[in-house]
Amino acid sequence: MKLITAVVKPFRLDDVRNALGEVGVQGMTVTEVKGFGRQRGHTELYRGAEYVVDFLPKVKVEVAVSDELVERAIEAISGAAKTGKVGDGKIFVIDLEQVYRIRTGETGDQAI
Amino acid sequence: MKRTLSALVALAALCGPALATAQEPDSGSTAWMLTSTALVLMMTLPGLALFYGGLVRSRNVLSVLMQCFALCCVISLIWVAVGYSLAFGDGNGLIGGLSKAWMGGVEIDSLSGSIPETVFAAFQLTFAIITPALIVGGFAERTRFAAMLWFSILWLLIVYLPVAHWVWAADGWLFERGFRDFAGGAVVHVNAGVAALVAALVIGNRTGFPATPMPPHNLTMTVIGASLLWVGWFGFNAGSALAANGAAGMAMLVTHVGAAAGATAWMTLEWLKFGKPSVLGIVTGMVAGLGTITPASGFVGPMGGLAIGLVAGVVCFFATQFVKRKLKIDDSLDVFPVHGVGGFTGLLLTAVFSSPALDGLGLPEGVGIGGQLVTQLIGAVATLVWCGVGTFVILKVVNLVLPLRVTVEQENEGLDLVLHEERGYSL
Repeated sequence: MKLITAVVKPFRLDDVRNALGEVGVQGMTVTEVKGFGRQRGHTELYRGAEYVVDFLPKVKVEVAVSDELVERAIEAISGAAKTGKVGDGKIFVIDLEQVYRIRTGETGDQAI
Repeated sequence: MKRTLSALVALAALCGPALATAQEPDSGSTAWMLTSTALVLMMTLPGLALFYGGLVRSRNVLSVLMQCFALCCVISLIWVAVGYSLAFGDGNGLIGGLSKAWMGGVEIDSLSGSIPETVFAAFQLTFAIITPALIVGGFAERTRFAAMLWFSILWLLIVYLPVAHWVWAADGWLFERGFRDFAGGAVVHVNAGVAALVAALVIGNRTGFPATPMPPHNLTMTVIGASLLWVGWFGFNAGSALAANGAAGMAMLVTHVGAAAGATAWMTLEWLKFGKPSVLGIVTGMVAGLGTITPASGFVGPMGGLAIGLVAGVVCFFATQFVKRKLKIDDSLDVFPVHGVGGFTGLLLTAVFSSPALDGLGLPEGVGIGGQLVTQLIGAVATLVWCGVGTFVILKVVNLVLPLRVTVEQENEGLDLVLHEERGYSL
């Protein structure tokens, strides 16, 4: 099992959700986050006073998937989140030791 | 000629409460002045409160709304106790007497010009409310609520009421000199602007200014407030005719043109200088245009209003850059460069654009532009000096009794939580 964490542009979220749904991902967790990468920040100007904004708003999507679904899920995310411009985001994949479904007590792939 | 006449009538009406007579009030004028009173109150609540509230950081939004609201309440009580009497009661050239304290003699059938004196007193009250509320912008985000209240009460008594008497009461020394301040360029705007600047200097900059960014937290709120100010200003300026007549109509028109011209000028300058026209810029230019047209609004024609508005947008734009960026004084919401500089400029331009040769409604009999300019300068400087010294002394005295500002830790936490135990937003 893997935990896929994707940081994407906020306006691509709906597409990412649909693409993941199509490859069989059954659930996800979404968080509004801020950060910077190569896109860096921007400046704002109020009555002539300039402020540099370092952190840009992004959306972090977390999905747990079984091993056979990993490649397709990554393709789905990168396909849906890609605009080709700097700032499209990142996908991180890490090993997932165990998953429990709280209601039934199921574990492993069953619980995803 | 008609314009001149109606301006003279308006001027006569400005003399304050005339002798009570057995006459009936003029119903049209009374209706308009009731409306104007409501419009000017709306300028403070919620207009100015929202305008300022949006400009501060989210942790201080309630503190600013609270200051505006509390000032409205407290000033109203002082007004009916002694404020109205000290400003408009019979007195000497410097201050009114106490003959109308506790609204003595202001009866249901008392007249002031062609309107009930109750309406006149309520209308003037709304000016006494908005002026201290404007000052709040100078010391926002760091001042203790109690100190703000004591300062504002003393400031009203020591600075506002005398200046209002000088300028608007029939026996005021500036009024007798022929000083022209139709709706409060000196009484409201120079007064508030200078007080805000002095308060910012005495109380000190916000912790972190100017290195730390302190951008507005909700410009949508600011635009709503600014728009309410624009509409309310029709009551402020056209209401200052104290009648429903041609002078009021002209004042409303020049006020609107002044606002539009100030906003357009600021937007254009910003566009040229910084590459983008900003929302905060256009609404700030609007306020600058309105503050600057205020003293002139009963004396100039539409083209004068246009010129004054354009000048306001340019002068106040550069004044704002100068105070904040060059002098590094944390007059947090730019009250001095917009209201103080705008009001001062407007007072001087009133002399120029009163001239019939420049579309104006006429200068006083036998007075040229130069002569009127001297009178305007005397009035503006007198207001500036009295207000500057008075504000400084009041703040120092209040500071002896209770600290003016919160601690650095409290400032970081935000005044909403520390002083009011509330948050503006639970998101």
